[in-house]
Amino acid sequence: MKHNAIRFLLKYARFMILIILLIALSLLSPAFLTFTNIANVLGQASLLIIVSYGMTLAIVTKGIDLSIGSVLALSSCIAASIIKSQSIILGIIIGLLIGLLCGSINGIMITKIGLTPFIATYGMDWIARGLAYVYMGGTQIYGFDKAFRFFGSGQIMGIPVLVFEVIFITVVLCFLTYKTTYGRNIYATGSNIKATRLAGVNTDRMVISVFALNGLLAAIAGLLYISRLNAAEALIGTDFTLNSIAATLIGGTPFGGGEGGVARTVMGAIIMTLLINGMNLLEISSYWQTATVGFVILLSLFIENTSKNFLV
Amino acid sequence: MSDQIILQLKGISKQFPGVKALDNVSLDVRKGEVHVLLGENGAGKSTLMKILSGVYKKDSGKIFLDGKEVEINSVNDAENLGIGIIHQEFNLLPHRDIAQNIFLGKEPTKRGPLGVKVLDKATMYSKCNELLKTVGIDLDSRILVKDLGIAQKQMVEIAKALSLANLKILIMDEPTATLTKGEIDKLFSIIRKYKSMGISIIYISHRMEEIQVIGDRVTVLRDGKYIGTVPVKETPPSELIRMMVGREITNLYKRDYNEPGPEALKVCNLSSRGKFKDVNFSVRRGEIVGFYGLVGAGRTEVAKAIFGEDKYDAGEILINGKKVKHHMPSQAVQNKMGLLPEDRRDEGLITKMLLKQNVVQASLRKVFPKGILNNKVESQIATKYITKLNIATPDENVVVASLSGGNQQKVVLAKWLLTDSEVLIFDEPTRGIDVGAKAEIYELMNDLAKSGKAIMMISSDLPEVIGLSDRIYVMYQGKIVAEFSHENASQERIVNFAIGRGDTL
Repeated sequence: MKHNAIRFLLKYARFMILIILLIALSLLSPAFLTFTNIANVLGQASLLIIVSYGMTLAIVTKGIDLSIGSVLALSSCIAASIIKSQSIILGIIIGLLIGLLCGSINGIMITKIGLTPFIATYGMDWIARGLAYVYMGGTQIYGFDKAFRFFGSGQIMGIPVLVFEVIFITVVLCFLTYKTTYGRNIYATGSNIKATRLAGVNTDRMVISVFALNGLLAAIAGLLYISRLNAAEALIGTDFTLNSIAATLIGGTPFGGGEGGVARTVMGAIIMTLLINGMNLLEISSYWQTATVGFVILLSLFIENTSKNFLV
Repeated sequence: MSDQIILQLKGISKQFPGVKALDNVSLDVRKGEVHVLLGENGAGKSTLMKILSGVYKKDSGKIFLDGKEVEINSVNDAENLGIGIIHQEFNLLPHRDIAQNIFLGKEPTKRGPLGVKVLDKATMYSKCNELLKTVGIDLDSRILVKDLGIAQKQMVEIAKALSLANLKILIMDEPTATLTKGEIDKLFSIIRKYKSMGISIIYISHRMEEIQVIGDRVTVLRDGKYIGTVPVKETPPSELIRMMVGREITNLYKRDYNEPGPEALKVCNLSSRGKFKDVNFSVRRGEIVGFYGLVGAGRTEVAKAIFGEDKYDAGEILINGKKVKHHMPSQAVQNKMGLLPEDRRDEGLITKMLLKQNVVQASLRKVFPKGILNNKVESQIATKYITKLNIATPDENVVVASLSGGNQQKVVLAKWLLTDSEVLIFDEPTRGIDVGAKAEIYELMNDLAKSGKAIMMISSDLPEVIGLSDRIYVMYQGKIVAEFSHENASQERIVNFAIGRGDTL
């Protein structure tokens, strides 16, 4: 009985951390539970959630993607210039294609050339960032059309459009990873790539497609980001890579591969955004904020390990 | 061997969540004897030995060594008392060399500058070479463990256990599971040597013929309980099997030889540099074709090349008369092939996933043509195979890592049966599997052959090869050196070919 209670607590530990955070912040700061602040938090969380999904998928296949932030920057900078000079649709399409292309190259480097995901995506990180600098030549692009700005900063009934977009992406990815044979093969590949290959799954194709999907998600996040900022420059999105690793870990997807998933990452990303938002409202210095995120990552991994030992 | 009792275990019990692994088990071991511990998987042999070697703690019971009661709370305690163990699974560091593995934690040291103790490499490597020589392996102690074959790793494990300074009792958990005949003979001569030095050996094995050769006394466990201790010489194998399984298994190898059908798999002049050369053979529908040879003779390599996991340089592969070239296993699976690999846990199963998920893993496209999973269908299919193959499991939702070796192999088999594979490659199908499950797997293989499947079976278990195969190919150093029909197969001739002596009787 006591055992079961502990199990229950550990299983829903993250959900409870979230509730406690919400209650604590609304008690501590009168500004927290206001409509504008909540809308702001959700908007901020949205972009982190989207890139973290990509990171989560990479980690589920026992990899990692260190190029997310730079791919986001490169695809959105090129998209931005096309949106300004040509058309919104063409810009969006090209931006998404660049994301897909960078991701596919990552996947091909990992499967066909045999680089580890860490090295392949670390190289891509430098290359994509460098190309973004070259392309922009130190300039900024700003002031987009109202139609384009709607995707990242519009509202429907007072709720940011971003929230609806994230819900849509979440539903699609949850379905894809939990309910389809494709998703099953992602998990199988992450758990034991050799056994999965010997069972007749084209694991190269699985890894390439996951990294391609990653690039696509980074590009989507990039487009929404510049739409929200109403500007694009080469150095945007540098924080996204490390923050998305944090959100994935806090959410409870371990590095071992084949476990965890996007549903957990939503929780991780929201906890992280709330934490930072709360500390901002409480006027805690940003130095302490950084350290606090570190503590929360370690705490959540501690919970992860403890609950594993209990569930054996 | 004397009658002096060196080790006594009295009333040992151990409870795991949900199972009583050991229930009041006793065992006494004489000085200088080979004491065989016999029992099916899950009988409690390994648990008992893990208690003795300090890996697990007993719940109750007493251990006496040389007449004095001892407490063994850690592996260190056991080693200090002179109890060494060779585990069934290797505990070696792949990226360290042989000497570093053998002397791990007990590296020889010398006084260095400023009187600091430093690693004495020269002594370590010379001592290690000496040790390897006593074990009878001709290897350089600087070779990295990851570059060794399975049998060689086994030998290193043995050398590691023998390196204990005051060794009194050596526990060997299925030491021959991965060895070939020649290597087993070598191992046995080492065992005899240490026996004559007064060291007692507790020997866990399923192989009846080995027990007869090497064992002095046998203790049988069943379902965590002590069944009895008998002298080997006075006990026929059938009696031991009866004690072990609680029922009689009259004929282990059941085989209905039928007229085979057309050629399902044909391999012509297949070559891969440094692995195998000009390999020619065929497997017809309804046939079980055995492949015997020493470890490293190239059998597994040929199988992996056919299956698309490894590349080959030259030659042709035909399935049902049609030329095929597999660049990856997924193509082989599409051509209705299935592989039950040598290394079940790492290559045959995804041990983190559930039983039912493993069963459908190779057939996802067939079972869910729309690409959308259906839990209910998955469970139904798995349940069907649990019944059909008599898999011992609470239900289809268990993690496969928790199943015994025999049941894990049945899950791998279920996976390929579901794909409707026509050509099945079994690589060491019963390694490490107890006799009860073995008999069931043989029966399943016989049924598969009867239903018209073509089976290529790689095995280092000679009675198994002879008892099950329609035809037998013998491989030596990457080449097929002989072919036998089941009527004219003899152990001696096959072994002679396998060790490269040809047909010299």
